[in-house]
Amino acid sequence: MKVKTNIPLDAKPYKPKTNQNLLSNLKKNWRLHLMLLPGVILALIFHYAPMPGIIIAFQDYKPWTGMFNSEWIGWHNFKLLFTMDNSVQVIYNTLLISSLKILFGILVPVSFAILLNEIRQMALKRSIQTMVYLPHFMSWVILGGILLDILSLEGISNQFLSFIGIEPIMFLGEGNWFRFTLIASDQWKEFGFSAIIFLAALAGINPSLYEAAEMDGATRLKQTMYITLPGILPTVIVVMTLSLGNMLNANFDQVFNLITPLVMREGDIIDTYVYRTFTNGNFSFATAVGLFKSVVGFVLIAFAYYSAGRWANYRIF
Amino acid sequence: MYYKDPKYKIFYVFNIVFLLLLSILCLLPLVHIFAVSLSSQAPADANLVTFFPIGFTLESYEKTFSNPLFFTAFGISVSRTVVGTILGMLITMLVAYPLSKDPRDFRTRNVYVWFFLFVMIFNAGLVPTYVLIQNLGLIDSFWVLILPGLVNVFNIILMLNFFRNLPKELDEAAIMDGASDFSILFRIYVPISLPSIATLSLFTMVFHWNAWFDGMIFMNSQSNWPLQTLIQSIVVGQDFGNAGLSSEDIANLSDRTVKAAQIFIAMLPILAVYPFLQKFFVKGIVLGSVKE
Repeated sequence: MKVKTNIPLDAKPYKPKTNQNLLSNLKKNWRLHLMLLPGVILALIFHYAPMPGIIIAFQDYKPWTGMFNSEWIGWHNFKLLFTMDNSVQVIYNTLLISSLKILFGILVPVSFAILLNEIRQMALKRSIQTMVYLPHFMSWVILGGILLDILSLEGISNQFLSFIGIEPIMFLGEGNWFRFTLIASDQWKEFGFSAIIFLAALAGINPSLYEAAEMDGATRLKQTMYITLPGILPTVIVVMTLSLGNMLNANFDQVFNLITPLVMREGDIIDTYVYRTFTNGNFSFATAVGLFKSVVGFVLIAFAYYSAGRWANYRIF
Repeated sequence: MYYKDPKYKIFYVFNIVFLLLLSILCLLPLVHIFAVSLSSQAPADANLVTFFPIGFTLESYEKTFSNPLFFTAFGISVSRTVVGTILGMLITMLVAYPLSKDPRDFRTRNVYVWFFLFVMIFNAGLVPTYVLIQNLGLIDSFWVLILPGLVNVFNIILMLNFFRNLPKELDEAAIMDGASDFSILFRIYVPISLPSIATLSLFTMVFHWNAWFDGMIFMNSQSNWPLQTLIQSIVVGQDFGNAGLSSEDIANLSDRTVKAAQIFIAMLPILAVYPFLQKFFVKGIVLGSVKE
């Protein structure tokens, strides 16, 4: 049967005129624009307005001459950044420390989440969670103060070590031990809280998979290997990809509050280096190092979100 | 069942012991600091204190409170936490609501999304920000602790994802009844999103209470410092030079027990909100981050 319509076969989809539409959109949605206004203004002032200031990196900036009258020196600061012994060491430290943090920042919380998931007494499970989440909410100023106290040569950790017959360790005074302390204390603060997302993933695994495995006589270890691990793998991949964006963030708060002159060479990271250069009055070089970090960070984050969206179907919004 | 297997039972016991030890390890440093703060000076200096105070005394707390800067700093921290959280949540809701609209209804939505997203992934760096704050005349002003952090894109994303998962019918019914966007937001969305809003508020409170770096670089006068900046300077930085204290005060404040007392007082508000935090955050985070 033929259906008669008055739509011609070669009809083009209806396209409204944009000009007219913008106006009617503004008329219809003016309240939405109004709601966004304070946020937009604040973002423009405090986040966008500093951006032109990055030209300081290309100038011999002096506070008293200002941004518009300082001498132009081009890429000089960036050449310095990649040739000076100091700054190359700082970039190396940052990459080393942050990649170790990312690696352990996945391994430890995943293992913890799997072990915690085995606990069947809900009250016990919840008390453990209460205790391990707590350090996450403390600032590095407070934890720095605590760690300086307990990790000192006469501190409680070294008392314990000598009690079990180990020589005292200069956790904060020897380069490699300092790096170890940074990674270990970062784990200590964050492993519980980072496990939340993996616990959610574990809770999302279909229980009938375990029931079926049970029927087939699989031990719990086998169930963990073949059901649990593959079950949380997508989440692990997303978290890993997103943390790539943090490759240049070795945690300013932590390093700044723990570093001592003894471990400056092995412990100094980009952010602390920028801060010290800045407080020493070298504004241009500090801006250049900061800009380098922002640009590389931008590329990494964009890449991380793009790949997480592409391969793991993750969308932020 | 697998948990009747004797091998698994052995594992289970070890697992419980291990996890309990791990949890205790998370608390021990905090307990130690508390014990030191309540001990007398001599045993603390001789490193005799472990997890129980020796020679119980409140002297360290008296000394802490005798420092006038401590009170000022405590007050500044409380005010920035209250003001920063209220204004921050207001901005977060006002921005998240329009961005939760379908781009077919709100055609410029995606432009705004990219505008805010860019803020999150690129920042100009320390020096340009400092120069701007200086040009705005905000150095040493209370508002420098509040204004730059008001647009928090992470919070906005969590909030808007929550708004987006609310049933569309709510909107449609409200529009039928002639409600404007403002009444939809404040009279429908906000009341039903209270758990999420509570979570984000608590996170913002913790953020403000813990912030110290802005105080350190934007405040020239130590009487404008929030508590964490003061503690950073006294306990961690050991930097008494610019704290404007007499040598006697410095001797008093650099005591190990007094340092411990200051650390503990700074921890206290977090410990106080922690039970509420814990009640909400797991749910709030998982709700906000998982989309249909």
